[in-house]
Amino acid sequence: MAGGRLRREIGRLPGLEVVGRYWRRLPDRVAGAVPVLVLVVLAVTYPWYVESLPTNVPLINTFPSIHSSVTILVFVTMAVGLNIVVGYAGLLDLGYVAFYAIGAYTAGWFASGQFEQVNIHFGSIGPTGKLAGIHISIWLVFLIAGVTTAIGGILIGLPTLRLRGDYLAIVTLGFGEIIPQAVRNADKQGVGFNLTGGTFGIQPIDSPGFGQHLHDALGLPVTYQQSLHADRLFFWTVLVVLLVTIFCSLRLRDSRLGRAWIAIREDETAAGAMGVPLMRTKTWAYAIGAFFGGIAGAYIATFNAGAFPTQFDFNISVFLLCMVILGGMGSLWGVVVAGIILAWLNVEGLANIGAWLNNNILPSDHPIEVPKYSFGIYGTLIVLMMLFRPTGLIPERRRKREIEEGAGRGPIDQALYESRRADEPDGGAKG
Amino acid sequence: MNWLAFIGNRRGPHLTSVLAIVFLFLLAAWLVKNFFVLHDKADFFNVFLIGLTTGSVYALVALGYTLVYGILQLINFAHGDVFALSGLFASTWIVSIFNLDEQSATLVLVGGLFATFLIAMVFGALINSTIEFVAYRRLRAAPRLAVLITAVGMSFIVQNISLAIYDVNFRSIPPLISGASVFDFRGVHYGWDAFFVVLVTAPVLVLMTWLVKTTRQGKAMRATSQDPEAAAIMGIDVNRTISFTFALAGGLAGIGAVLFLVEFNMRYDSGFQLGLIAFTAAVLGGIGNLTGAVLGAVLIGMIQAFNEGLPWFAPGPDWTRSIVFAILIAILVFRPEGLLGERTPEGA
Repeated sequence: MAGGRLRREIGRLPGLEVVGRYWRRLPDRVAGAVPVLVLVVLAVTYPWYVESLPTNVPLINTFPSIHSSVTILVFVTMAVGLNIVVGYAGLLDLGYVAFYAIGAYTAGWFASGQFEQVNIHFGSIGPTGKLAGIHISIWLVFLIAGVTTAIGGILIGLPTLRLRGDYLAIVTLGFGEIIPQAVRNADKQGVGFNLTGGTFGIQPIDSPGFGQHLHDALGLPVTYQQSLHADRLFFWTVLVVLLVTIFCSLRLRDSRLGRAWIAIREDETAAGAMGVPLMRTKTWAYAIGAFFGGIAGAYIATFNAGAFPTQFDFNISVFLLCMVILGGMGSLWGVVVAGIILAWLNVEGLANIGAWLNNNILPSDHPIEVPKYSFGIYGTLIVLMMLFRPTGLIPERRRKREIEEGAGRGPIDQALYESRRADEPDGGAKG
Repeated sequence: MNWLAFIGNRRGPHLTSVLAIVFLFLLAAWLVKNFFVLHDKADFFNVFLIGLTTGSVYALVALGYTLVYGILQLINFAHGDVFALSGLFASTWIVSIFNLDEQSATLVLVGGLFATFLIAMVFGALINSTIEFVAYRRLRAAPRLAVLITAVGMSFIVQNISLAIYDVNFRSIPPLISGASVFDFRGVHYGWDAFFVVLVTAPVLVLMTWLVKTTRQGKAMRATSQDPEAAAIMGIDVNRTISFTFALAGGLAGIGAVLFLVEFNMRYDSGFQLGLIAFTAAVLGGIGNLTGAVLGAVLIGMIQAFNEGLPWFAPGPDWTRSIVFAILIAILVFRPEGLLGERTPEGA
């Protein structure tokens, strides 16, 4: 963790020498937790002070509204999930959007009037209690969505995870294209049964909430959607989801499973020789990455009160991948920071920056629609990062070493390779 | 998970072969049934001819993927977008500079189209080799996935260049080649516009095979794709050969793009989907294998045409992409070397 370095840096700030002296005496765990705690407090209190922040900042104009922040944090959650697959286990996934779609539609199936033929209720809240369709408590639906998506990830992973890296990327891309198209077509016309509502999607999806009883007893909101501060409630909830995801991701990274992922990423053959069960370990990476993607998908579905097929473009997969690359593959904090920046750019930032540029710098008769070129900008970012800083903005220490040595091309590997070639009877000819 | 071990286990190919045979049998049965369901039997052959035309365009793009993959083991994601950009560029020449339309004199039309083909070819070649020079060349020593990710990024960059220049509108060219019949046999109609596509593609393919098989440059390409280091020792300029390969791929994409314009409209993002379909064709035929790419492309063209044109239990155009990607996944899982490719140690 970056705590140690951060501690030294803070201790050196001018005027903070005294603080620095005490700071250095703190035990590692405490000192490392302080910056995180500060950030969490800043984030939790954000809804209260966002309105008093300046609204005409150069370049970025305004700070993100609460409404946008919800979307931003959902995307960061997905990026953290993708980081498990791409960053930890080193499996390039170009179809992460499939998991997002499965999560959103699972929420649609279990918490809306989509299946009006049946009338199933379990812990659902508010006026939806009398409606047709399946209405499971939304908190359970998040879990169901996560588990369904994880199972989806396992099903996709089992046959494909044997494939070499770039083939795997293509297969995931294939799934990322098939699932949204299947979702768009699976209506009465397409498959004879209205499974997904076709191009109209599924709506309305139930809102999260605690119901009348908990409202009376503890003062918790009945439903988010009808509350006065709906956005704030959604914001705090997604913040909890994100923090739990980050926590799980951190603990997983340091677990036996996480170390196995990193071993596979560094050298699959060596990891296999050391007894790491390759398929099982990779499948777990897939399943867990998918799990968080599914929860994020379900959350955005309840936030938008609907799941629509147009949300699940290949572009989203690349957008999430861009977050992971920009932050540094495998570097959790890097991914979180890059995720916040990029998701903000996508939701508000590019429009704001574009408006500012058009008003202040560029000639007024040729305004440029900056948001139109968002994916060109992300593409450029990806290429520049890969060319000049492949380890990302905040590199993970181990990853940095891997890249600098050239993955799998270290001096020792090279020597082994050469000797093996020489030993082969046919002089190591390919074939 | 032992019970799933048969998946991808290509040393004991029994189950895979059985599955493949059952699948092909069902496919044949489906085609035959469709043939008898059709009122007008001629439609069956019309659909077949549509598939041949589409497949020819796919072949030109698929060859680009296969050439580059053969030499660098890189899936050049940007290839489809190079295709779209050259197509849009060609449409400008046809519409605004040469001012070709259906009333133009035959000689003007032939000359203009020929010039357009040349321009699109050179343009595609330039763009494609520039991409290689700017991005991929610096990553020769980098891990494979790093290059692949860069290719995805380049794809978006090229797509946005098209967007910046040509905006979101579809571009089309006037119907330069008439749809009049080459032959019309009992309702089987084959128009000149469709024939034109095959008429251009076939010689280009022959020319390219000759280029790769017999010329010095072609031999250098094949040597580099087998072993770049050994090729360099033998005095082959590896960088130049790779640039040439990218240029050749881009040139083929340029020709394909003009042919695509003859049949369809095009806009900045047309290339991405088409590129993925063409890539599937290359994988189906055996990536790295030139004949395979053409075979795969024609097959994919047929599958698309039959799916969209037949009446009995055909999923229809909404599902074309899903079917194509399902083929892609099935091929990669069960037979990564494709129909004509050889088994490679890296195949699994």
